[in-house]
Amino acid sequence: MNTRTQVLLWGAQRISAMVLALCVIVHLVTVIYAVRNGLSAAEILGRTRGSVAWGCFYALFVAAVAVHAPIGMRNIFAEMGWRRRGVDVMMFVLALTLAMWGLRAVWAVVL
Amino acid sequence: MAMGTLNVKIWRGTESGNFQDYKVPRQESQTVLDVVTYVQRRLDPSLAYRFACRVGVCGSCAMTVNGISRWTCRTHVSKVVGEGTLEIAPLRNLPVVRDLVTDMTEFFDKWAKARGHFTGNKTRKDDFARVEPASMPRRAVDAAIECIGCGVCYSSCEVVTWKPDYLGPAALSRAWTLVNDVRDVAQKERLAAVAGDAGCHACHTHMNCTERCPKHISPTAGIAGLKRAVLAATLKGEL
Repeated sequence: MNTRTQVLLWGAQRISAMVLALCVIVHLVTVIYAVRNGLSAAEILGRTRGSVAWGCFYALFVAAVAVHAPIGMRNIFAEMGWRRRGVDVMMFVLALTLAMWGLRAVWAVVL
Repeated sequence: MAMGTLNVKIWRGTESGNFQDYKVPRQESQTVLDVVTYVQRRLDPSLAYRFACRVGVCGSCAMTVNGISRWTCRTHVSKVVGEGTLEIAPLRNLPVVRDLVTDMTEFFDKWAKARGHFTGNKTRKDDFARVEPASMPRRAVDAAIECIGCGVCYSSCEVVTWKPDYLGPAALSRAWTLVNDVRDVAQKERLAAVAGDAGCHACHTHMNCTERCPKHISPTAGIAGLKRAVLAATLKGEL
């Protein structure tokens, strides 16, 4: 992997970390608010179904996770001595998998 | 005036070896370097160690004292030992030549790799460069230009342990001083040299280097500056 890509990955991880910090706060506040009268699937879906705002929020959350986690895992593997191209490919697949699973869940609760 | 006896363990050997026990008379205001010197001169002349100035100027007597990298000449025994044992080992993250002497080749090679040398474009016929002492770039390196290359930060850095090709805090801090040198004309090349997985972006900001630097330099701050400068250059398409 060339140096330019390494630097851009670092930048992407920093920016995704900032997005995650915000998303996690919103998510936790929502969780605390949502369970005040007990938790039910109907209540969650009542809030998220058809909501463009919640759809966008969780899609952004998923995108930040899909960017952030594989770059961090790649760094951890590198420090364990695994610095092969195969690891980069695996991390790319991990990013796609996280994005797919996450967006599928967003799809399920919003539409 | 002797004040009892100090139990000292000193690393003997190379990468493999073991700690050997010595008994050294305890003195007032005794430094760790005094202890090592006593052992070598009075108890075991075969002990290898490195020192020069004895007063914190040269940076050659750095060792691992009770698990922490320090200048032995500026470390009083009373500060580190209490009533316990003094354990003296070579610096970490560097190959051991023998006993307390490490091979610093890689450490200084990394300064060269980080393009830690000044590149100017003026000749002796030009006037002196004028650097405003109060300017931001000059003030940003007030501390870092005091580095004497003792290797304490490099020995304390866990990222160097995990990633042996990581340039390390000293080389990157040196590069940071030159990135802020308005007279230097090799800035793009330097940013390219310090970028990426083996460069400044490998730093985890653990700040061990900053905690341990005997000159109170913060290589971590310099490395953070390099990260920003490299990212900016990359986004502008200069890298």
